[in-house]
Amino acid sequence: MDTVAPRARFDPRGLVELDERVPGTAEIDGDHASFDARELTTRQINLELRRLIYELGVHEVTVRNPGAKHSLGVGILARCKLTFEGSLGYFACGLIDGPEVHITGRVGWSSCENMMSGVCVIDSNAGSLTAAALRGGDVVIKGQVGARTGIDQKGGTVIILGDAGSMTGFMMQRGRQIICGNAGHGLGDSMYDGTLYVGGKVASLGIDCVPGEWTDADTEFVTRKFSIYGLGEPPELQKFVCGKKLYNYDSLEPSERKMVL
Amino acid sequence: MCGIAGIIYKNGNGAHRLGSDMTRMLQSMKHRGPDSTGYALYRRPSADLIMRIKLADGGADGDIEYADRLRRRRREVEARLRAAGARVDSIDEINEYTIAVALDYDGELKHVADYVESVPGTEVLSAGSALEIIKDLGDAQTVGDAYKLGGYIGTHGIGHVRMATESDVDISNAHPYWAYPFSDVAVVHNGQLTNYHQWRRRLERMGHRFASECDSEIIAVYLAQKMSEGESLELAMRHSLDDLDGVFTYICVSDGALGMAKDELAAKPLVLYEGDDMVVLASEEMAIRAVIDHEIETYDPYESEVMVWTR
Repeated sequence: MDTVAPRARFDPRGLVELDERVPGTAEIDGDHASFDARELTTRQINLELRRLIYELGVHEVTVRNPGAKHSLGVGILARCKLTFEGSLGYFACGLIDGPEVHITGRVGWSSCENMMSGVCVIDSNAGSLTAAALRGGDVVIKGQVGARTGIDQKGGTVIILGDAGSMTGFMMQRGRQIICGNAGHGLGDSMYDGTLYVGGKVASLGIDCVPGEWTDADTEFVTRKFSIYGLGEPPELQKFVCGKKLYNYDSLEPSERKMVL
Repeated sequence: MCGIAGIIYKNGNGAHRLGSDMTRMLQSMKHRGPDSTGYALYRRPSADLIMRIKLADGGADGDIEYADRLRRRRREVEARLRAAGARVDSIDEINEYTIAVALDYDGELKHVADYVESVPGTEVLSAGSALEIIKDLGDAQTVGDAYKLGGYIGTHGIGHVRMATESDVDISNAHPYWAYPFSDVAVVHNGQLTNYHQWRRRLERMGHRFASECDSEIIAVYLAQKMSEGESLELAMRHSLDDLDGVFTYICVSDGALGMAKDELAAKPLVLYEGDDMVVLASEEMAIRAVIDHEIETYDPYESEVMVWTR
């Protein structure tokens, strides 16, 4: 008797691509692989990425013509170099742990969501909710970003060379953001902790977000990050932190609390 | 969820591609709304008033009186058009339940539209010298093919793919909405409006009619009311940001302009591309990539933004 449960077949709109196969179209040259994504679906591209990185152990992958498709490069949990030549759609490179990603175009909403570690450099603009719930790693956006960047951020660093939209750093709990341009209304609204640096004008501060005192550690941090990514001399920045009037809570992760005790 | 898109060609470039470009954009956003698809397309203005009239919502199986009812309604519509003082120059049968009527008429648009809609079951989908609204159930490919939009020549247009959240799935509840009775103005919307009932009551007291239960229709009627008070399209759109509650991004068009407005939370997406020969905007960049094959610079407008482009 067959004991294996049948696979779910419910896909009335035909959007899920249940039976997609790995296309295997990449050209592999030693440690580097590249493939054209123009004719591939989202699932095919992600399957191909997984084959190259996990099965073949390739360390550098270039994806050409991603065509702003959604959910590309999601959940890659290995140290590798990924380059997307073009723009990506929503949820680009979310949930990654380790990769060094370079996107030469723009990204849509919710890119680098819940990223654990690694680097993501975006050469152009980004949509709203960039680096939402970021846990670690660096996200560098060379253009402007939409609203609510780093909402619920729990670690890591976001660097924005252009302007940021409203509610940037909303409910941020840890980590840092360096915004070289202007910031929209409600900067750092309801933040618990973490630091926001702003180079331009702030339209308005959110609830319980207050100017912070600049220290040598701030100068060292900003200078170091700018030099790592070759961004030149950092602009004059203003620092904003949580006023701690709204919330009182323990800012340590459970594992860290054990260490302190 | 819903997906919205708009395209306006500058300097008359690309006009021959309007129908196929809109279909490609909307089809690439099918995942945002597979229930119904709609287009508001503008062609070169004609001397006649073009009125697109829906006679029924498509026939139900086993409805033996359907064909008969359509014939009766159509006769009645033609009679009332004449009674309202309009001369019917031609009637184009788009499909069994939609007709496009070319009218020679100089009177008030509301007068003749009300006359037509007094025939039970009929609805004026759009009216104007340049505007044509096409909407039906199914994805963009289905609707585009059924209404033969592949070769549609026009100057600009907007479109919508719908995922119904607030009201029924039928043609009346599909977007775009014509700003009844304002000629050549139409709206598509992505989002939810929370003060719909207040505005609906208010606008009904002012004498406006509603063809559906869909919250998005408020935007079209609201803009029509503001414009009838003498406001420009752009000013009416700016006022809508204060007057309408909820989360929304909408695109509206008139015969000479295309505009977008985004609520103060920037809760609904929109991506913009402004090129030398065209402006394209859509809920997702994928849709823009569907019509432009080279690398381009796109960006998201910020909260409370209103932008208008003219041809």
